[in-house]
Amino acid sequence: MNATIEKPRVRLVMTDTNRDALQNKELVYKTSELNLWYGDNHALKNIDLDIYENEVTAIIGPSGCGKSTYIKTLNRMIELVPGVKTSGKIEYRGRNIFDKSYGVEELRTRVGMVFQKPNPFPKSIYENVVYGPKIHGIKDKKVLDQIVEESLKGAAIWDEVKDRLNENAFGLSGGQQQRLCIARCLAIEPDVILMDEPTSALDPISTLKVEELVQKLKKEFSIIIVTHNMQQAARISDKTAFFLNGEVIEFTNTDKIFSNPADKRTEDYITGRFG
Amino acid sequence: MKLIDHTKVLKHMKPRIVSNIFFRLLFMAATIFGLLILGILLYRVITQGIGYLDFQFLQNLPSRKPEQAGVKTALIGTIWLMGVVAPVTLLLSVGTAIYLEEYAQKSRFTRFIQVNISNLAGVPSIVFGLLGLTVFVRALALGTSVLAAGLTMSLLVLPIIIVASQEAIKAVPKELREASYGMGATKWQTILHVVLPAAIPGILTGGILALSRAIGETAPLVVLGLPLFLAFLPKSVFDMFTVLPMQIYNWTGRPQEEFQGVAAAGIIVLLTMLIIMNSIAVFIRNKFQKRY
Repeated sequence: MNATIEKPRVRLVMTDTNRDALQNKELVYKTSELNLWYGDNHALKNIDLDIYENEVTAIIGPSGCGKSTYIKTLNRMIELVPGVKTSGKIEYRGRNIFDKSYGVEELRTRVGMVFQKPNPFPKSIYENVVYGPKIHGIKDKKVLDQIVEESLKGAAIWDEVKDRLNENAFGLSGGQQQRLCIARCLAIEPDVILMDEPTSALDPISTLKVEELVQKLKKEFSIIIVTHNMQQAARISDKTAFFLNGEVIEFTNTDKIFSNPADKRTEDYITGRFG
Repeated sequence: MKLIDHTKVLKHMKPRIVSNIFFRLLFMAATIFGLLILGILLYRVITQGIGYLDFQFLQNLPSRKPEQAGVKTALIGTIWLMGVVAPVTLLLSVGTAIYLEEYAQKSRFTRFIQVNISNLAGVPSIVFGLLGLTVFVRALALGTSVLAAGLTMSLLVLPIIIVASQEAIKAVPKELREASYGMGATKWQTILHVVLPAAIPGILTGGILALSRAIGETAPLVVLGLPLFLAFLPKSVFDMFTVLPMQIYNWTGRPQEEFQGVAAAGIIVLLTMLIIMNSIAVFIRNKFQKRY
């Protein structure tokens, strides 16, 4: 959207900050010198990335480049994998998420996640949506009812399911299940939504619905989306980061990275020469 | 490419089909053999025991006279024993399984525990009887009480239920746990609201099957020294008692011909209990099984 004031640069991390400061956008995530190892495998190397409010940041790159690892590090979900070590800093709203005093549960109440495969609980649609709020101690039935309606509306699935809230979520189609998972994520009223290839298991029509949803949601949330699909990144994101072998090769405005990439490797990947 | 001679292939066709039929019949015969033996057993037991089986048989205390002998003390004793075994094993084994699957780091120590749990499942029941005799009956001075026998039986079936519970917990898809953690749930909330509801059918099925094994087990109770003849009912877990297999064992050892029939009637009662419990296990499995 601001391609006109764009200047060519190689690593745009710092200069982007300046530009966004001009736009009065607030920094949500500031990653500095993040390194991550799975045992001996050095999966993320010196990552520096700034993520701003109310934007869609897409992360692209070939399989095994560390993009999923990175997004899972943002809510520390990666720690479920045994043998993971990290160094460096990720500041979320000014606080280092690796601080001992920062509980993962606290972080995850503000940072929601949508996964690759739709993963509703084997419960009713209603129970799926209220799971998060209930976990956080909300018991008032009226409030919960309201949360269910607003979250399902927010995820553009209300009209399809409003008459069968008490039916099992497994009765929904794959695309509906994924939007239910997005509704479930909205129900905890997060600040950031992480999406790990949310449409890779969906058909094209469901994919389109989710993409439209992402466009709508960015007005209220900051969204970070990992995708294999470059057209998708081009369609829905404001900024795009290209990962390769655990490094950020290029991070800039989406229209710029797709029209005029600064790095040869980015160009090769985008034009389909590898990956 | 002409590496395959199709006339030869056709010639080989017949022996292949014959051996196919042969093995099908062989495996069918193996199945029928088991069914046949079960049929003979049931036929013998039922024809022998049905004459002695009536409401009186369930109501009467044991007696020296075959026509007055009943299974009341043994039946009530078996129910008492289950009353101790079921809560003790379920609590201990589900707790152990949750700890091993959800909390414990995968280390050499937890692997060691794992291997030993599997080993314990294969230890002969009489060894558990000796352990119970030393620890519960003598060292803790519980005597041949419901509690001592119940704890011994619990030790015996504990490994079976732990392994079954672990399998049930492992079968809960990792995506469901991730969904829960992703919303800021703690480990315990995730276990309580996501893992256990999904694992409970498996845990209960394993539990009930293990309990049916405990019902039929005799050897450890013989070692503990449970009375073979008892004419009163236990009033608390510290009282003496006897169980169905012990009572049946007693009757089969009697010289009078009639007691063979009484024993057969006792076996019918025991088998009925087992069938009821296994049916409950099947019912739970079918009713609560969830697809992912």
